[in-house]
Amino acid sequence: MSDTGSLLEVRDLVIRFSLRGRMLTAIRGASLSLAEGETLAIVGESGSGKSVLTKSFIGMLDQNGRIDSGSILFDGQDLAAFRGEEDWLPLRGKKIAMVFQDPMTSLNPLLTVGRQIREVIELHRGLSGRKAELATVEMLDKVGIVDPERRADQYPHEFSGGMRQRAVIAIAIACRPRILICDEPTTALDVTIQAQILGLIKALQRDFAFTTIYITHDLGVVANVADKVAVMYAGKIVETGTTEDIFYDARHPYTWALLSSLPQLGVKGSPLYSISGTPPSLFKEIKGDAFAPRNPHALKIDFEREPPMFTVSPTHRAATWLLDPRAPRVDPPEAIRAMREKYLGATI
Amino acid sequence: MNWDESLEPLLEIRDLGVDFRLKGGAVLHAVRGASFAIGKGETFGLVGESGSGKTTIGRAILRINEVSSGSVVFKGRKISGNIDASLDREVVQKIQMIFQDPMSSLNERAKVDYIVSEGLYNLRKGLGEAERSRLVQKVLLEVGLLPEFASRFPHEFSGGQRQRIGIARALIMEPELVVCDEPISALDVSIRAQVINLLSALQKEKGLTYLFIAHDLSVVRFITDRVAVINRGQIVELAETEELFARPLHGYTQALLSAIPIPDPRRERARVPLVYDSSTRDYSGAAPEWREVFPGHFVLADEAEEEAIRKKYI
Repeated sequence: MSDTGSLLEVRDLVIRFSLRGRMLTAIRGASLSLAEGETLAIVGESGSGKSVLTKSFIGMLDQNGRIDSGSILFDGQDLAAFRGEEDWLPLRGKKIAMVFQDPMTSLNPLLTVGRQIREVIELHRGLSGRKAELATVEMLDKVGIVDPERRADQYPHEFSGGMRQRAVIAIAIACRPRILICDEPTTALDVTIQAQILGLIKALQRDFAFTTIYITHDLGVVANVADKVAVMYAGKIVETGTTEDIFYDARHPYTWALLSSLPQLGVKGSPLYSISGTPPSLFKEIKGDAFAPRNPHALKIDFEREPPMFTVSPTHRAATWLLDPRAPRVDPPEAIRAMREKYLGATI
Repeated sequence: MNWDESLEPLLEIRDLGVDFRLKGGAVLHAVRGASFAIGKGETFGLVGESGSGKTTIGRAILRINEVSSGSVVFKGRKISGNIDASLDREVVQKIQMIFQDPMSSLNERAKVDYIVSEGLYNLRKGLGEAERSRLVQKVLLEVGLLPEFASRFPHEFSGGQRQRIGIARALIMEPELVVCDEPISALDVSIRAQVINLLSALQKEKGLTYLFIAHDLSVVRFITDRVAVINRGQIVELAETEELFARPLHGYTQALLSAIPIPDPRRERARVPLVYDSSTRDYSGAAPEWREVFPGHFVLADEAEEEAIRKKYI
């Protein structure tokens, strides 16, 4: 365990990929810390680096990617210093497990669901024979699959989408991980099933006391599950705070833009708030704040120097020059202020 | 805009049924007895979960799926089943579709120039090369792309740009009705807003009518004028959008609305999702019928249910 008392501590992580002879910096110095039992949601658009960041926690970066600098402290070890598979094997799937977006691609279609859960139990918990069988059925029961004995003998194609995701979750938590990473766990599911799966993960988290990291672009899901939120843009964490900090008191213009572009905050008949342009290419060196070219509130310095993480409160930090005492006062967009006022009105 | 029921609709679906024959001879009734009408200039939402039949309806309108019963009527003329060649050409031109996944709906081996104007090659055979090229450049500008993109391949574009190409391909045909099948669900949040705004702007400019097929209710609420909710092949409720969200009458609609995550932690944590269980409804007497319970607000219900609804709201 690290000196700060957190379960996972990422410091100044830089991850690079070589692609067709060019270097792409996918993570440009990310830091975050996660306490035992917490639920963190990492929010960002495609290409922001949220999946790459979490893949580095379980040694699943693609062949052409590597950690350039920085550290990932977990349970007294620096995962960034891991070199080969033999380092990862005792950890991946056992202490840190992952649930992916599409349950069909994480299940083996040729093996029964029971067999796939059992494999994990035998490998990581050392059970065998009847004991392993019982533990398998118990896991299926725990994830809410009715008639688990019969279901254990069925193949993934005999399961519905929601049930497959339940089976994937059963595999992931079968070896009692300390951290469960859920990469867009409900994106491929229907909205009514989504609610059930999120409820299931929460219930299991209480029962098994693991720490959860969600990767998602759905702010509704974030509002539902998260204690803490990290907002990523172009390979950096640009704002982090409690869920309330982010939804009711966001400080980074990118977070403002993300929230404002939600249809729920729009006014029917008028255009929805939209961020112009596209994220920067990560092949090139980025000067200043990566969001500056799309930021209507950008200051001159945003194009020249990268903003440091400013502390807003003990739980809340954001990397924007707007928080510098010398910066001009910029109010958040109307929709964000309205949400904050409604929140404050309800809590007083 | 809200469509005046007394006007002739642009598109009408009458008691539509679409069946699929499965392996082994069984028949799947993908759509059963669906009826609705879409007014000119309206944005009509069709909402349901996967497998509900919403896309099948869209495809039946475009004559991709064969109709098993009922009919599709466009501008007063029946366009389902056997129709003559000139009407078929008209339908091909006037009704266009925008697809969900811009990564798989564009021909990877063709340049944008060809992708966008493929329909013109077929439908306007006498069109000169210079004129065709001019039309492509014009439509690219209209969807917010640069004319020089015409010479590039789809893989050179981001998801949002590719969806713009998909929109350009539909627009160049000068359609009257555009079937938008989940046009933004594969896009990132910030890009979604851009595409929604583009669709609205194009609608205003060109007087387009949209059938917007989606499962994301927050988007549907934002852009549609009226909504129909479909469950297991049957339309269970239809109303003006705000009316439907304010006063959902069918149990399935209530469950669906209650399941939407709200991007506001305090409200989201207080949200109680309802579960719809169709087996709790007893239709041993008469089958439920399509009933107009409030002006313009229809629900699939039997007599007792209609009475219960009226009691609750009066």
